[in-house]
Amino acid sequence: MLVIKNLHAAIEGKKILRGISLEVKPGEIHAIMGPNGSGKSTLAAVLAGRDLAEVTEGSVTYFGRNLLEMAPEDRSREGIFLGFQYPIEIPGVSMVNFLKTAVNEHRKYKGLEPLSASDFLRIMREKKELVDIDSKLANRSVNEGFSGGEKKKNEIFQMAMLEPKLAILDETDSGLDIDALRVVANGVNKLKRPDNSAIVITHYQRLLDYIVPDVVHVLYDGRIVKSAGKELALELEEKGYDWIKKEVDNQN
Amino acid sequence: MAVNSELTELYSGIYTDNIRRIREGSTSFLNAFRDAAFDRFTTLGIPTRKNENYKYTNLDLFFRHNYKTYFIPDESDFVKAEEFRCDITDLDTHGVVLLNGFYPTINGKIRTLPGEILIGSLNEASRRFPDLVERHYGKYAKSNSDGLVHLNTAMASDGVFVHVPQGSHLNKPVQVINLVDSTEDVFNQHRNLIIVDDNADLTIIICDHTLSPQKFLTNAVTEIYVGENARFNIIRVQNEHNNACKVTHTFIHQGRNSYSSSNNLTLHGGLVRNNTYHFLGGEGAESSSFGLYLSDKWQHVDNLVSVEHAFPNCTSNQLFKGVLDEMSTGAFNGRIFVDPKAQGTLAYQKNNNILLTDDAKMYTKPQLEIYADDVKCSHGATVGQLDENALFYLQSRGIDKREAKLLLMLGFAHEVIQNIGVEALRERIDNLVMQRLKGELSRCASCMVKCG
Amino acid sequence: MLVYDKRKLMETDQDRIINDVTSGDYKYGFYTDIETEKIPRGLNEDTVRLISEKKEEPEWLLEFRLKSFRQWQNMKMPSWANLKIPEIDYQDIIYYAAPRQKPRVNSLDDIDPELKRTFDRLGIPLEEQKHLSGVAVDAVMDSVSVKTTFRETLAEMGIIFCSFSEAVREFPELVRRYMGSVVPYTDNFFAALNSAVFSDGSFCYVPKGIRCPMELSTYFRINSANTGQFERTLLVADEESYVSYLEGCTAPMRDENQLHAAVVEIIAEKNAEVKYSTVQNWYPGDKDGNGGIFNFVTKRGLCRGEGSKISWTQVETGSAITWKYPSCILRGDNSTGEFYSVAVTNNHQQADTGTKMIHIGRNTKSTIVSKGISAGYGQNSYRGLVKVLKNAKDARNFSQCDSLLLGDKCGAHTFPYLEVDNQSAIVEHEATTSKIGEDQIFYCNQRGISTEDAIGLIVNGYAREVINKLPMEFAVEAQKLLQISLEGSVG
Ligand SMILES: Nc1ncnc2c1ncn2[C@@H]1O[C@H](COP(=O)(O)OP(=O)(O)O)[C@@H](O)[C@H]1O
Ligand SMILES: [Mg+2]
Repeated sequence: MLVIKNLHAAIEGKKILRGISLEVKPGEIHAIMGPNGSGKSTLAAVLAGRDLAEVTEGSVTYFGRNLLEMAPEDRSREGIFLGFQYPIEIPGVSMVNFLKTAVNEHRKYKGLEPLSASDFLRIMREKKELVDIDSKLANRSVNEGFSGGEKKKNEIFQMAMLEPKLAILDETDSGLDIDALRVVANGVNKLKRPDNSAIVITHYQRLLDYIVPDVVHVLYDGRIVKSAGKELALELEEKGYDWIKKEVDNQN
Repeated sequence: MAVNSELTELYSGIYTDNIRRIREGSTSFLNAFRDAAFDRFTTLGIPTRKNENYKYTNLDLFFRHNYKTYFIPDESDFVKAEEFRCDITDLDTHGVVLLNGFYPTINGKIRTLPGEILIGSLNEASRRFPDLVERHYGKYAKSNSDGLVHLNTAMASDGVFVHVPQGSHLNKPVQVINLVDSTEDVFNQHRNLIIVDDNADLTIIICDHTLSPQKFLTNAVTEIYVGENARFNIIRVQNEHNNACKVTHTFIHQGRNSYSSSNNLTLHGGLVRNNTYHFLGGEGAESSSFGLYLSDKWQHVDNLVSVEHAFPNCTSNQLFKGVLDEMSTGAFNGRIFVDPKAQGTLAYQKNNNILLTDDAKMYTKPQLEIYADDVKCSHGATVGQLDENALFYLQSRGIDKREAKLLLMLGFAHEVIQNIGVEALRERIDNLVMQRLKGELSRCASCMVKCG
Repeated sequence: MLVYDKRKLMETDQDRIINDVTSGDYKYGFYTDIETEKIPRGLNEDTVRLISEKKEEPEWLLEFRLKSFRQWQNMKMPSWANLKIPEIDYQDIIYYAAPRQKPRVNSLDDIDPELKRTFDRLGIPLEEQKHLSGVAVDAVMDSVSVKTTFRETLAEMGIIFCSFSEAVREFPELVRRYMGSVVPYTDNFFAALNSAVFSDGSFCYVPKGIRCPMELSTYFRINSANTGQFERTLLVADEESYVSYLEGCTAPMRDENQLHAAVVEIIAEKNAEVKYSTVQNWYPGDKDGNGGIFNFVTKRGLCRGEGSKISWTQVETGSAITWKYPSCILRGDNSTGEFYSVAVTNNHQQADTGTKMIHIGRNTKSTIVSKGISAGYGQNSYRGLVKVLKNAKDARNFSQCDSLLLGDKCGAHTFPYLEVDNQSAIVEHEATTSKIGEDQIFYCNQRGISTEDAIGLIVNGYAREVINKLPMEFAVEAQKLLQISLEGSVG
């Protein structure tokens, strides 16, 4: 469903991504690991259409269409969901209002009628249980005053509401205690359908105990320097990134 | 503009009476500004409270007075200046002493310090370094509303001149000691010009003192040019008696990527009005404007601070704090102006005040005028008392209430003082502020005026 | 003023806000072709006499008008506001225009059906049975009040709610006692002008101990061309009473500017509380800044009694130029003043608005929350004064003034004045100015929300604190207005 070819991107003239190629097929889960600053969030942002990073070379196709030409909101409506590493606070805008707007935009795009308030609230209740999110959160402003864990759960909750085809989760596990981690991981697993895919960006192998990836990639200095099965994650956890850095630096 | 015609006439008269002598003592370049400036002065006049910028300051108290002399120096005047020694021990500076705004001849009129740095008399500089003076003089001191700036341009003939050439810097600050001394009530106006060229660095300390108990009125203009990537700090310590009025106009004009800071420390004075104008005239420039004022009796301290963001990506910060005791009054006029092309502006402004008595008064108007959109600006102002909770906390640790209050006030003031980059001066000011807040007279030891 | 069924509203308000917004055009810009009685253009003593005569006013009121007129002649238009106001020719304005109808409207049948249709179109049915929730409306078109609904119901509780003219006829003592006591005719240029030529407006008196059971509302409509609207509102809340009052306004789209100079006076006696809400939607002019209303209004409340409270809430989306400072004089000990404001300037609109809180009594409190939104070429200034007098022991004020910028041609300005003469006072002012958050917009985009809708959401969120202070019916209207008035402002 997603084909990335030789993708280069720069932020304010500084090269961040230096030739990434990756293919995600329906149903697959890809994990991306890598040291801080290697470009993981930048890759996620480019896929979601944040214009901060400028694509200088390469292509991305999504279900055969040129993804890079699509507006961010259309990518969302086409089923790409980004779980933000740092979810944004929007003061004064209630979660209900925010999500209802989002869900109905998705429906409009598909030619469906907007949901009535009562249907919407019913669906919201169901999904809330799925991710064990405090019902009070829904009445608060988007991410405002949420704890780190609540913000991350809230991302998964939004994912549940929008039912994406391709979920990109950027360090959704960071800063979570083990219970919250389990909730988040279970949420992702419950939402998993045979033809849906996910790109899971993480630092820690422990998430991958719950969400089992088909492939693990290591991103280093803007390039995918290693791809292997899930056992790679374990190896990284044990040995850190230094050996990979060495390997790469030796090749250069 | 509302004009106080009576006062304006009075000062026009002083101009007419003295202008011949003033012209005789000045270069033709300085004289060339006088007619137009006097014209502007007569239009704008002495500001009244109807002038939005002087809404909270009544200049009448000091301007409506028959000053016996308009000071134009005489060689014999300088002996006393030479006798004055600053008693800020440990303060290692290149010192300059001014008498009633003029540079004493006795020291030689211009000194050259390491790095070809010039310090001396503006009048002398306009003879010996006309190129330098002419490139900057009169370029930054501008006002559409304040007649006093023009009155200064019309009449001033001397003051401090500093030039720091490209890439030069001094290993210690320059200290200017302004003495006001006379046997008669005197009005004086001086004019300073400070040029800090590209990549240069200068710290200047200006100390204002009164040596005799006469009624004094000073109207001073300082023009400062800070070149590209240059750094400049000005620290003004104002310590005059209750019968003295000081109006300062400081114009700091900054180039690209330069930094400047200004710190107005008003410890004592009858009526003090400081106008500090920061012009961020190049991309990436940064300015800080600090002020601390402690007042009592019938003193009045007013700070006007204007920061103009004329170019993109500049940063500015204003922090002014005041403690007002007895019947004293304070005012703060803060302004941030962001030009349409000054995208990426960061600008902050804060004014906090503590009133210690039922008779003290504070008027503050922090203002933002923003014509660009990619900006982050904020301001805050408070008028209140010491934090009761903090006070109680200290008392609960066994500190008596008087002492606890003093500690809190020192802490309050220190937020400004800590920005003084010269360590010896910082300690000295902390000390002076403590004495001042304790109610002890905070004059330098050599001050002979008992103005308590 | 729109009136909705509250229950229905709860379910659908979100839908409404999101779906109902169709175009950025001014929806109320139509003109009603109705026979109107006008007096000739121009202003002199005879004009003042003529207005008074048409209204069959008593001598004392004519005297008041004439005094005001003479005062006005010696005054100049204020120039201190951060506004560019084109020259106004006060001799080119029609000072009185009234839909021709029977002088006294006794039943609904006496009202011209065209007029009824007009107010229906504006969402203000004049038939009481059409009101599903309790809102009593005084509908004012041009210079006169057309109809006040629910008068009788309110009268049963002793509440007087009627047009100003009727009040002059029927309750002259009350009007004489209070009119001009908060905003004297000498107060300022526009107040003097209004005092000379005011045509109608609303009057309300809530007696001791009565909580007014419904929202009282005045709806102002300018219809005729070349006319000025000068209405006066006088609201008196006697001891221990409560009233919530709403004000709405619209005007046809025209190329020339029209002047609206109103005066609102509120008096709150001991322990009384008055909430005054405005959704100001006068025609703002077109995209190039042609036409629109000049809205120069003097609004002031006096907390006369101990423990009284006056709360102003305003959502200002309309007018070409707004000059307006709803204020509170906190004279009674323990009295409270509040000011909550959202002001939008888009295209070439200008607003200089804010408040004055004058603390006179002990323990007086005031709160100011101002949210400015600038877009297009709009210029938006907050101007506020917090004054604590010497005897206002333990006075408290907190002010928060934020500005949001959408687009790089607009401006946002903040001019607060804090004057404190009492050491036990605590006065705090905070303000921020920033651009709308790009990361917030992107976050919304990523959830499938278009940039325009995202801005609507974010702006409404930003204004939430103020909108929440409005009565429910108004809150919905205000949210829609905010969204509409900013449409096309970002691209
Ligand atoms: N907004 C930005 N402006 C400038 N540089 C940025 C910005 N965001 C990220 N970078 C730089 O891009 C590089 C990659 O960052 P990021 O994609 O966040 O890495 P990761 O998610 O792998 O930790 C880092 O060097 C970072 O400093
Ligand atoms: Mg990251």
